[in-house]
Amino acid sequence: MTTMPNIELAKATAAEAADEAVTKVVARDVNVYYGDKHALHDVSIDIPEKAVTAFIGPSGCGKSTFLRCINRMNDTIPICRVSGRIEIDGSDIYDRGLDPVQLRAKVGMVFQKPNPFPKSIYENVAYGPRIHGLTSSKADLDEVVTMSLKRAGLYEEVKDRLTSPGTGLSGGQQQRLCIARAIAVNPEVILMDEPCSALDPIATAKIEELIDELRENYTIVIVTHSMQQAARVSQRTAFFHLGKLVEEGSTEQIFTAPQDKRTQDYITGRFG
Amino acid sequence: MTDHIVSSYDVELDTLRSKIAEMGGIAEKMLGDATMALVRRDAALAQAVIAVDERLDALQHDVEERAVLTIAKRQPMAVDLREIVSAIRVAGDIERVGDLAKNTAKRVVAISNEMQPQKIVGGVQHMSDLVQAQLKDVLDAYAQKDTARALDVWQRDDRIDALYTSIFRELLTYMMEDPRNISFCTHLLFLAKNIERIGDHTTNVAETIHYLVTGKPLAAERPKSDESSFTTVPVAGQQ
Repeated sequence: MTTMPNIELAKATAAEAADEAVTKVVARDVNVYYGDKHALHDVSIDIPEKAVTAFIGPSGCGKSTFLRCINRMNDTIPICRVSGRIEIDGSDIYDRGLDPVQLRAKVGMVFQKPNPFPKSIYENVAYGPRIHGLTSSKADLDEVVTMSLKRAGLYEEVKDRLTSPGTGLSGGQQQRLCIARAIAVNPEVILMDEPCSALDPIATAKIEELIDELRENYTIVIVTHSMQQAARVSQRTAFFHLGKLVEEGSTEQIFTAPQDKRTQDYITGRFG
Repeated sequence: MTDHIVSSYDVELDTLRSKIAEMGGIAEKMLGDATMALVRRDAALAQAVIAVDERLDALQHDVEERAVLTIAKRQPMAVDLREIVSAIRVAGDIERVGDLAKNTAKRVVAISNEMQPQKIVGGVQHMSDLVQAQLKDVLDAYAQKDTARALDVWQRDDRIDALYTSIFRELLTYMMEDPRNISFCTHLLFLAKNIERIGDHTTNVAETIHYLVTGKPLAAERPKSDESSFTTVPVAGQQ
């Protein structure tokens, strides 16, 4: 029997894993304009299912703009125009017949600053399933709230005070409450726009641990200014610069041996 | 390569490079002096080589500490990360080169009063010249991030291996000819092995340079010609 050298074996395994990855979100030639300003130029990317994809790049590079295209958040901005095609599971999310509210239940979002509703912890999580009619009884709803809080790693900390206001929690707990709220409506994709930038290192570590657990069940796209965070939590990384997607690849490759000089300059802190 | 936004980061990386350059210079001189001490039977020069190794060890610790501190402070990425990891590796290799040169010098001291057949010493000197050229080339390649030159060193090492094998055979012959040669030849054999192993460390550095520049390991198998592991002495009466 011939033995394959380890490095070849590792390559083969990685290639197999890449082949097995199912694409969840496909974007082709996406352009975004805010009035006359051309904010995003011809972005095409495949986002794999049940994996974390990180968008990195300097402020104003278009990464958040592109993230907001994936659940049509830009629809709420009157001067914003999006062209190109974005598909989730093969369906065009900009199809005129598609209800953006339903899309946003499928594609949840967590923002930079924790933004719980001024309601109880319970109501924060129960709100989505209730308005989307996902539960048929109080017992059902209780179970969804409990499960969501558990999945967000918050349940043990709040189980005795579910009726207390969500806004009374610490910053890190509020952010996990927002994640619980996002997953309560059973989404398939979770978009996170700098979810840890307002948190201390311990709360950040808890969110990162949570992201790592959530990727078993969800497709996660995270925008982050922390290169180390992108390197820690994601499997794929995309670098945006001046409204263009410069380079996209495995996180390992982007952070150890990027192909494009602009990526190299940005991640090593050489941008002038 | 453009400068970092934080200029003190560049200063830290430059300091690492200059420390490695200093280490390389010391190691080259140690090997050159140890060889000269062998040829000239100069025990005092050999003692000086032994003494200087301490400086090399201290520099290696310094490089490691600086590298670890830079990793902690800067969280380096991509080419910077490779540069720092490479500095740690190369410093380790150069420190080992110094140890091997020191060990060579110790053996020179041990055999300095013995009768030495010049012909066989000449063989070791020739091998050392090749290794010194390798060491110089690979250190220059490291300073200039020159993968082509590093690859050349990497491929050239089999000549040293082949030379070592021939020295090994020759020493066996001397020992068989006259048992009084055994002490001297054994020391010389270890000495030659030390120098051959310095050659191996130059190939390690060459591999590190390839990784530093390209981000990928050197995948192919390096040509090797050291057959001394398979060389035996024929026993009288047996074929």
